[in-house]
Amino acid sequence: MGNGTSIGKVRGLGSAHHGAHHWLLQRFTAVGNLVLTSWLVGSLLLLGDLDYASASAYFAQPLPATAMALLLISVFWHARLGLQIVIEDYVHTPGNKLALIILLNLATVGGAAFGLFSVVRLALGGAA
Amino acid sequence: MAKRPLSPHLQIWKWGPHMLVSILHRVTGSGMALVGLSVLLWWLGALAGGPDHYDTFAGFITSPIGYVVLVGLSWAYFNHVLSGLRHFVLDVGAGYELEGNKRWATALPVLGVLLTATFWALMLFR
Repeated sequence: MGNGTSIGKVRGLGSAHHGAHHWLLQRFTAVGNLVLTSWLVGSLLLLGDLDYASASAYFAQPLPATAMALLLISVFWHARLGLQIVIEDYVHTPGNKLALIILLNLATVGGAAFGLFSVVRLALGGAA
Repeated sequence: MAKRPLSPHLQIWKWGPHMLVSILHRVTGSGMALVGLSVLLWWLGALAGGPDHYDTFAGFITSPIGYVVLVGLSWAYFNHVLSGLRHFVLDVGAGYELEGNKRWATALPVLGVLLTATFWALMLFR
């Protein structure tokens, strides 16, 4: 430990006090996932042939497009929270842990953004 | 030695169904996050990209490897949903009685496989 004051030696080493918030968000997004993925499973079963014409026409409608957009947000958020726990449980080198969590944030925010862009393009008729 | 409960021990333990459910929850969740979300994004991106891109996606996902991925993902989904619901029960402090806990932990992985089979039966033989 350093030669700092008593408070300086322990500052930042205790609980971050973000645990309960993380835990709750994991549950909130889980409920969102349950509702929205049930819709997706039902849609996949009802759509039948998932060919280009029927699938793109489906997501061009307002309600399916909205549901898919919400699903992307809820699922990517939930995945980010879950993988963060996995990283924190198994990666103990501070630098590697930080790097992986940064990578996780980039990948999940980027992935969700790409998915949302695709849905918007389908919904607003930009596709060829 | 008096007959009394021993504390949980770090090295002396045996596998129980609740441990399987716990690790499967983590494995299926991580698998869906890494593989499932990639497939989801590819599907949506290919839809947004137009018929040519969609053909490329459909060609892969309807290949034998594609079906293995899809069946695996659907199993991971149903298994994760069931163990997730179990988490909600445990979160409110219920379901810790040894017998009931073991019964549900044994039943859920089986139920997950049954739901997966039902899903594919509906999907393929409508």
